[in-house]
Amino acid sequence: MSEGQIDEGLRAELQRQGVWVTSMQELYNWGRKNSIWPLQFGLACCAIEMIATAASRYDIARFGGEVFRPSPRQADLMIVAGTVTKKMAPQIVRLYNQMPDPKYVISMGACAISGGPFKQGYNVLKGIDRYIPVDVYIPGCPPRPEALLHAFMELQRKIDEQKLSGAGKAEFLKPEQPSEFPVPAFGEHDLNPTANKDVYHPPNLERV
Amino acid sequence: METLEQIKNRAELAARGAKIDIVPNPGPSGQSSLLIDNEHALEVAKFLRDHAALSFDFCSNVTGVDWLDRTIKKTTKVKQVVDGVEKEVDQTTEEKIPGYLEAVYHLYSMKLKHGPLIIRMRAANRADAHMPSLTPIWRSAELQEREIFDLYGIRFDGHPDLRRILMWDEFVDHPMRKDYVPPDDFEWEPTPHDEVLARAKQHYPPRPQQDGAEKITAAPQS
Repeated sequence: MSEGQIDEGLRAELQRQGVWVTSMQELYNWGRKNSIWPLQFGLACCAIEMIATAASRYDIARFGGEVFRPSPRQADLMIVAGTVTKKMAPQIVRLYNQMPDPKYVISMGACAISGGPFKQGYNVLKGIDRYIPVDVYIPGCPPRPEALLHAFMELQRKIDEQKLSGAGKAEFLKPEQPSEFPVPAFGEHDLNPTANKDVYHPPNLERV
Repeated sequence: METLEQIKNRAELAARGAKIDIVPNPGPSGQSSLLIDNEHALEVAKFLRDHAALSFDFCSNVTGVDWLDRTIKKTTKVKQVVDGVEKEVDQTTEEKIPGYLEAVYHLYSMKLKHGPLIIRMRAANRADAHMPSLTPIWRSAELQEREIFDLYGIRFDGHPDLRRILMWDEFVDHPMRKDYVPPDDFEWEPTPHDEVLARAKQHYPPRPQQDGAEKITAAPQS
């Protein structure tokens, strides 16, 4: 049995006797995953879908994510909803840096993942994962609110599985892991650097 | 609204020395436009706005166009004497049109409810293109002239605040010009095709060494 886990049989037995047993990790993660506060900002048409998700019809409040915070200091989740232009990218990274740990990123829509239809253009960043680590990607142009809810549930699952101690503990609990990433500077034609090598690992093309 | 010829004649009378050409538009919209010389553009614009019968008080749209050098082939029928017999022969002439940068303004009149009147200005010098700003006449042109400056590199003389608007200040080129070459920042493309494929091929790693097996061909059938 791993650390922080309770034997299911013992727990059931105790519960029958009126004793509710949990672990610190379960309680902590249960609280975290059910009150994910997203950062309130939108970049393009995906933001409209995000707003629809927050409104009554789709109601992200059912998952504890209705508290959109206008300050990065109070936010747990960054939903990169829309096209990230090269002019906007440094501000996104700066906002990410200002969020306190633990923090998560959902890359919403084709543009935020890869630049989408603007990938071959001169002014759009080819994916926000070049500068900050992304937890969940949602494809779509734009993704429907259901897709965002699915990503939200996926993120909850991910949070639930994070360990608080031991060798496999969550990245944000390791002091040596960076929680801030360098903000790219404006260059003569492109951002400088064009990608953070520590964060971005593109697929390696091999010919056979 | 008066016809384009009438407006042209009125404007030429009002602004002495102004050289105005009509640029025909043979398309379905038929929206021909007035090409105004840069020296008198401000004067002509002021006239178009203030004249009681015209009153173009609203500039709805300003845009830039980049025309590269081009050649136009024209075929005309010419009568020629061939072997003592007069014949009609097709003669092709090539006309070289040097490139220029252009700003196009769409004007409407809110007061008289007519429009659009389209006026153009041209600048031939790509390296240092200058035009008079019409922002003092129509305030709505301010941001759009900044956009043209940013993306096409036309300097509008007399503009109150000529800065880049879409690209960042450190950017050096004008990306909407047709000869703009973006930096080769090709990274990875899952399904490249057409132009992107040509670009992607330059970044593919070299093929691994061949072992000779690909040269074996089927034995000739007897």
